[in-house]
Amino acid sequence: MQMRLPPALIVFTVLVYLFLMGPLVIVIGASLSDTSYSTFPPKGLTLRWFERIFEMAAFRRTIVTSLQIAVLAIGVALVIGIPATDALNRYRIHLPGWLSALYVQPVLVPEIVMGFSLLRSVAVGMDWPIWPPPLAGHTLIELHSCIRVVSASPVSFDFAIEEAAISLGAPPVRTFFTVVLPNIRAGVIAAFILAFITSVNGVSVSLFLTGPGVSTLPIQILACVEQFFDPVIASVAVRLCCTNLVAVGGPLSPDGPILRPL
Amino acid sequence: MREPLTGWTLGAPATALVALILIAPVGATIADISGGASPFALYQAFFASGFRRTVLWRTVGIATITSAIALVVGFFTALAVSRAPRRWRSVLIVMAVFALLTGVVVRSFAWLIILGRNGILNGFLQWAGITDAPLAMLYTQGAVIVAMVYLFVPLMILTLVGVLEGIPEDLIRAAASLGPSPAATFRQVIFPLAVPGLIVGRSSCPPDPSPPVPPAAAGGERQMVMGTFLHQQAMVRLDWPAASTTAAIAVAVTIAVVLAMTRLARRLNPAAT
Repeated sequence: MQMRLPPALIVFTVLVYLFLMGPLVIVIGASLSDTSYSTFPPKGLTLRWFERIFEMAAFRRTIVTSLQIAVLAIGVALVIGIPATDALNRYRIHLPGWLSALYVQPVLVPEIVMGFSLLRSVAVGMDWPIWPPPLAGHTLIELHSCIRVVSASPVSFDFAIEEAAISLGAPPVRTFFTVVLPNIRAGVIAAFILAFITSVNGVSVSLFLTGPGVSTLPIQILACVEQFFDPVIASVAVRLCCTNLVAVGGPLSPDGPILRPL
Repeated sequence: MREPLTGWTLGAPATALVALILIAPVGATIADISGGASPFALYQAFFASGFRRTVLWRTVGIATITSAIALVVGFFTALAVSRAPRRWRSVLIVMAVFALLTGVVVRSFAWLIILGRNGILNGFLQWAGITDAPLAMLYTQGAVIVAMVYLFVPLMILTLVGVLEGIPEDLIRAAASLGPSPAATFRQVIFPLAVPGLIVGRSSCPPDPSPPVPPAAAGGERQMVMGTFLHQQAMVRLDWPAASTTAAIAVAVTIAVVLAMTRLARRLNPAAT
């Protein structure tokens, strides 16, 4: 039985959802407008702004850079994040409390401060080449989401089966790949998706670390928003949105790898 | 006996990354006082400047108002979502996730189209005869608040739906069977049960009080906040010592907010933390 919802609350919820969805509908509409400026409702329908994205080298290049940084950063973050999660779960009593607090530090530092500090100390201070600093910054942020999401998944994981594997003589590495990893798979995939979206859309850290040569898509969009107002930006925005949807939609669908084992 | 060592070893790469990429650079930023005569000269300069004080208070003000609005809106929406029929609940949750997953840049850009001088809202107001000339809505504090509320509401809904679903249906049914008005059920049963979770949910994902994007897009130069101010100092004026001071103050504000939240959560619900 459901609690009866007061009509006022239903009306309020509908309004909130209109507020949430309206701007997205407007961006999509604006991206289809056959005018040289962003407007809604669209005047005439065209897909030419979507074609323009690929004609503009700046966008083509930054889309590739964004994807490369995202995938590399998440790869590194997962490789070092999963063992850390394992350590936190299994050896919690042996490790000091501040260690797990350390891994959530990124939350305490505004991303923009993190970006600026990396610029000061690493990119300029240590004279690193242009590529690694944005990668390092993204890895750090992804590490945080990886540890948080992955550590939520072994809650239901019975560590006894891991011990059983070890007591049967399996070496630790093999135990990890044949016993632990398949069991936390859902968490790992969820972490990948979350991290991918954070990375592809992330601005604050990239804002300082991108420069001539390396720029990411959101930074490019921001730069363009300041310069012109044509629908190509709306269509890039829609495209970014679709990338997110594809990243999430597939694995999260009822038959996808996350929900299926549950 | 090798257990603690294994734990440390497994965690070592992550620890090293956080120490090298986060703690050391941010520490160096905070410790950078090279631009002043005395260690506190830069901080004195910050607080002596009326403009910078305005930026700081504006940041705190916008963050507070935004959080309060997002919290109230998110709470009531989450209440409706968590008690909605099953099918609707999934649809509403998916819509909130969709809004959340649309990037910050996209979601801030939308407000440019809506609030601009030739934007939709101005067009509508003039069409409806409410105003004669376009209003300057963009680059006001209101615009920044709207854009930031828009950013935080989906997150709030999703966090709070989890909390509110955790309240047993039986309790609410039992309360309702005693015949109070829905408002009384809400005030005396649902709300007290939700408060600890509400604060924990809030403190486990504190919003960044100085995200640069919505203020940059919707506020422009006129509504500078700590995030945009830091960016301007560092990248436009290239005054790094002053930017470091701004950064240190931004970190202090964030930590103060998180600590206050955690303390409040612990007091209201000792078991939760």
